[in-house]
Amino acid sequence: MAQFEKANSVYEWLDQRLALTKLTKVLMTEYWIPKNINFLWAMGVVLMTMFKILLISGIFLLMYYKPDTKLAFDSVNYTIMQEVWFGWLWRHMHGVAASVVFLVIYIHMFTGIYYGSYKRGREMIWLSGMLLFVTFSAEAFSGYMLPWGQMSYWAAQVITNLFGGIPFIGDELVIWIRGNFYVADATLTRFFMLHVLLLPLVIMGIIGLHFYSLRIPHVNNQEGEEIDFDAEAEKFKAGRKAEAKVIPFWPVFISKDLFVLGVFMIFYFYLVFYHYNFAMDPINFDPANPMKTPPHIYPEWYFLWSYEVLRGFFFDVGPLSAMDIGLMAFGIANVIFFLMPWLDRSPVVAPAHKRGPFFIWFWVLLVDMIVLTIWGKLPPTGINAWIGFFASITFLGLLLVALPMITKQEAKRAGGAA
Amino acid sequence: MRELKILGVVILFTLITYWGVEPFAHSQMHAHHEPATFKYEDITPLGKKGNPQRGAEIFANAGCTGCHSVKSQNLPAPMDPVAASASYGVNPPDLSDAGALYDPKYLAAVIKNPAHAMKLDHKFNENRPFPMPNFYGVGGDLDQEVADIVAYLQSIAPKEVEPKEAFVNACGRCHDMKYDNWYVIGPKPKMDTELEEAQFNLKHAEYQENLKKYLGTNPPDLSMYIRSRGHEYIRDFIEDPQKILHGTAMPRVGLTEEATEKVVTYMENVGDRKKEKRESLGPLVLLYFIIFALLAYAWKQKVWRDVH
Amino acid sequence: MADQKRRDFIGMVFGGFAAAGGAAALYAMKRTWDPLPSVMAAGFTTVDLSPMKPGEFRTVTWRGKPIFILKKDHTDLKKCDDADVKVGEGDYLVRIGLCTHLGCIPAWEPGKQIFKCACHGGEFDACGANTFGPPPRPLDIPPFKIEGTKLVLGEEGPEYKKLVGKA
Repeated sequence: MAQFEKANSVYEWLDQRLALTKLTKVLMTEYWIPKNINFLWAMGVVLMTMFKILLISGIFLLMYYKPDTKLAFDSVNYTIMQEVWFGWLWRHMHGVAASVVFLVIYIHMFTGIYYGSYKRGREMIWLSGMLLFVTFSAEAFSGYMLPWGQMSYWAAQVITNLFGGIPFIGDELVIWIRGNFYVADATLTRFFMLHVLLLPLVIMGIIGLHFYSLRIPHVNNQEGEEIDFDAEAEKFKAGRKAEAKVIPFWPVFISKDLFVLGVFMIFYFYLVFYHYNFAMDPINFDPANPMKTPPHIYPEWYFLWSYEVLRGFFFDVGPLSAMDIGLMAFGIANVIFFLMPWLDRSPVVAPAHKRGPFFIWFWVLLVDMIVLTIWGKLPPTGINAWIGFFASITFLGLLLVALPMITKQEAKRAGGAA
Repeated sequence: MRELKILGVVILFTLITYWGVEPFAHSQMHAHHEPATFKYEDITPLGKKGNPQRGAEIFANAGCTGCHSVKSQNLPAPMDPVAASASYGVNPPDLSDAGALYDPKYLAAVIKNPAHAMKLDHKFNENRPFPMPNFYGVGGDLDQEVADIVAYLQSIAPKEVEPKEAFVNACGRCHDMKYDNWYVIGPKPKMDTELEEAQFNLKHAEYQENLKKYLGTNPPDLSMYIRSRGHEYIRDFIEDPQKILHGTAMPRVGLTEEATEKVVTYMENVGDRKKEKRESLGPLVLLYFIIFALLAYAWKQKVWRDVH
Repeated sequence: MADQKRRDFIGMVFGGFAAAGGAAALYAMKRTWDPLPSVMAAGFTTVDLSPMKPGEFRTVTWRGKPIFILKKDHTDLKKCDDADVKVGEGDYLVRIGLCTHLGCIPAWEPGKQIFKCACHGGEFDACGANTFGPPPRPLDIPPFKIEGTKLVLGEEGPEYKKLVGKA
């Protein structure tokens, strides 16, 4: 039984009941982060801010949006964009943030890969992060349907159709997911529910898990150095701040993050006001028409690389049809990064430039994914189809074959050195 | 220094990706076409100077007013829009502003052979004649008479045409603009009863049905076209629809460059109503975050002083 | 000892009972996602084929999907006994107008006599067979029944069964 005495201030009264002082220490002033980091370590705070922007702008869009195939387009493009005070601003912020958040996610992911921040106890950080990537993808896809424009409709049509490739239950499953034989009102309302309630709840839960998973193994640093956090924290608290290898989250770490965030926000709001078409595709300003496919259908840029893996296999091989191979490759591409900690067979945690062949592998992977992204948007004809094919093969080869081989060699060398 | 190097790498790869999925991909997807010149070079000029007085006489005698109204000259439309669409497929335009909106060369060509001037030869022929007959003259020199009619139309046209007027006359008989309450049969008045509402909707549906028979499809509502197509595309499309979308049912309407800009301005006023707000708020928000970043930097320097 | 077992037993009964409740709730949730009875019951489209001219191509809607109808008799369009629908004297191609790859609507190009899908470049010939690109199979045949000169979409008639049996 805790001791409750007469409190001398509101703070003291609350502190007795909520342990505010201790909480502040645990979460802020004595939450230790390595000092040897660069601005890429600020992407977590940037992502959190983008998520908050999406949540807040989404709340205000929700006040006027109407999830009905007859009303949705006008409620977005007329009511919100033209009538509601600052409705246009919320929508542009929401649309641009939804696109930009993936840029930051990819930077965050590639930072993790470059510095080896997915192994030696940090596997759960990586896995919860990948779960966030997948739920964000689902959130983006369901949200893209809501304005009920041409791209909304045809993206929904094409992506829900993918489930038809699952053996035996495929056709039934597609109808079940859509709630109709085609993408219709029932589809819109259920994806609306997913977008505004279920998925955000799940995302918030996983964000909690992601943060919590950092507690035990701690944040990685620029050199992959193993730090005795307790000893270093003692140094810092004793005033030997320059000597300590750690800094507290508040105010030292956050002060740098806020500067990075400030610079990022300049970039973000420049896009919101002056350069938004990349995130709000012009074709989606045509109302959905189930009887007319737009001449070019493509997903948003952040899905292009996996989309290109899907369509990269355009010819049958033996008994397997092109579509089945594509679907399998697509399935693999979507889960392969989850396995990163196990595909990397080396125990070495170090930045890529100190890992020889892994360094080359990293840049080849990055370039290959950019090639997939670009060719994912180009019409899949002639030479483009072949570039897509080879880039897809390269992608699968890099992760399934090259990575285990390279890292196994590295493990041997590391073992020999030790 | 190292951080700047990393930043450079991040920016470089971001820009390459952006270039690939936006400017490059779109250049591959959309066939290149020459920008609009509004010279209408395929049409040979008549080479005659028109006389507006004679033109007025010919206009009255040639039967133009059998189908067209000229409201500024107190010549009313012979039929309401729905009845006119039942007869001709589409409500014929009022000609009060025609001299100001349309290129004089084009006007002359339309009077002589409408389907050809509109580039609709692929849809209309002897078996399926264009609703407006070719003009074969009232007895004198054909080209001179046509030049006179054009001169007459120019003489009665106002100096300035409002953007909305330009749209209504040139586009608004086939296209709705519902975000500005414009419908192919006219603006929707404030309705007091459900019956009035139903009657208006019925008229609209009848007109649309006639239009569909005439064109083969219903022309789209243009409310959001400024966002879905953009300024350049609309401009080029208006000058010559067939060049951009081969086989389209839309006729070439022959607007002058100035009138085209008016139409686009109107579409922008309707489809991108908050443009001014956006452009005035943008710099303020950016300035806010520049100051935010500077203050954050100052604070960071202070906090990190003892840590280094 | 016996007490321990009994507690385990009660615990297992309780756990099993709770799981049954959970399963029942899941069933209810699954059913809520099912298409509504009205949606399942809806959707018979009747098309009168008699006014169609040779070579004419029509698209009708059935259950929100476009249905292609192409009249092929008295033209040089490719005919196939195992793919065409015979109604009276007429010879028709009747297909669901969605690309079997990912469901875009291919466009009929009368000049080349092919259906061309703009999404991923797939092509089908005048018999609905996939001839190029990613589509894994010919255009699907909608269930239909023939009543005189009329085509009833959504009902499986003997002609439909015969056609599907052949293909």
